[in-house]
Amino acid sequence: MNFTLHIWRQPGRNETGAFETHAVTGISPDLSFLEMLDVLNEELVGRGEAPIAFDHDCREGICGSCAMVINGDPHGPLPGTTTCQLYMRHFDDGAEITVEPWRARAFPVLRDLIVDRGALDAIVQAGGYVSVNSGAAPDAHTVTVAKQAADAAFEAAACIGCGACVAACPNGSAMLFTAAKVVQYALLPQGAPERSRRVIGMVETMDAAGFGNCSNHYACVEACPKEIPLYTIARLNREFLGAALGSREFIELERPHAHEE
Amino acid sequence: MNRMLRLFRTSIGSKLLVAATGAALIGFLFVHAAGNLLVLKGADALNGYADWLQGHPLLWGFRAGLLLLFAVHIGVSIRLAHENRAARPHRYRRIARLGSRLPGRLMPVSGGLLLAFLVFHLLHLTVRTVGPMVEPLHDGSGRVDVYGLLVAGFSEPWIAAVYVAAMVLLGLHLVHAIEALFQTLGFNHDSYQPLIRVLGPALALLIAGGFASIPLLVLVGVIGGGS
Repeated sequence: MNFTLHIWRQPGRNETGAFETHAVTGISPDLSFLEMLDVLNEELVGRGEAPIAFDHDCREGICGSCAMVINGDPHGPLPGTTTCQLYMRHFDDGAEITVEPWRARAFPVLRDLIVDRGALDAIVQAGGYVSVNSGAAPDAHTVTVAKQAADAAFEAAACIGCGACVAACPNGSAMLFTAAKVVQYALLPQGAPERSRRVIGMVETMDAAGFGNCSNHYACVEACPKEIPLYTIARLNREFLGAALGSREFIELERPHAHEE
Repeated sequence: MNRMLRLFRTSIGSKLLVAATGAALIGFLFVHAAGNLLVLKGADALNGYADWLQGHPLLWGFRAGLLLLFAVHIGVSIRLAHENRAARPHRYRRIARLGSRLPGRLMPVSGGLLLAFLVFHLLHLTVRTVGPMVEPLHDGSGRVDVYGLLVAGFSEPWIAAVYVAAMVLLGLHLVHAIEALFQTLGFNHDSYQPLIRVLGPALALLIAGGFASIPLLVLVGVIGGGS
């Protein structure tokens, strides 16, 4: 298969970038999108040019590294799929494909398609610790969890922190990510003592990181490769409003400082 | 730090403000539309209702409350929209319009145009400096002849068109607003989400349709046809 690629090239964080057009030929339909970029990079290196920088790690759809917007879709046009699990057979032969990095103020481009998603780490860090009893291993089922709660928590915990929700959101909002990270604990007895502090810290850190505000377009839900459901955000809103209106922590905790660029 | 001030500085707290003021404004619109539809019962019913409102001891308190609701709703929305634009300084060359449907996309546009319409509407029927007036302004019982003003105003096709167009915008605004309102307040569950999805468009149609029916009925001569 043959493709024409329009790829964003940017030499560094504070430098101006531009689209570059490359033709790739003789591509097997069974190559993943990343492998197709590998083939292109081999050619570029062979010609003595700089390869296209892109993030990747596990290449099996669970690490959340392969961030790129393909033809306007984060992780490409296939629903519930990361870029590494997207195959060239999902495109028409001869297609023109535009590849861009995640675009958000909170995700500065480091080089080409690689962005710094450290703002998501800051949100997770703001969640803090979960208190557990140390010492001898507890007996199984000393803490009971309802099947429905375990399932719902797992559904949220499927988030791989790739940032596609931010990339798809017209406001560059990280609400779906933050919701998943809050809700995966909110339904479980483990970590319940830190419940209010966790949601307050994570939401205020999210705000300080320069993400936009959710305006209920729900593009995030369609872009999410792990298909985190929309009601996760409603649950975050409930968690946060409950903690903000009812907890002592909301008055006592220090507010996070605005994210330094 | 004050709990409420801290809440309203967060994104979710700001959205709570927009949602809560929006909900109150929807309540106002519902009552306003229901009052307007007294026009169907004739001049006496509408003028009597308007006169009762004008003479109500809480009129100015009510107006001040409305002004506050609008100011908070619009002010916070503008700040949020500004932050949202700033959150993506570099636009995509190509972007699939995922998720968001047209009413949601148009919220700042429909909101801004509705504010312009609100000014026009107040100048037309409250301050009464725009549009055709009636002589005499008061009916036989000494009340402001609101019925006559409506018929005279909406008999002008351009005024009727402005009102109907604004109500189309209001309908679009409410379709997104009502579903978003529940989501922001944290109400979204498989068991009742289908109901919310129906409630939004239904309530939007009821309110916007109720308002828009009046200029349309005047234009076709059902209201005020005899005069």
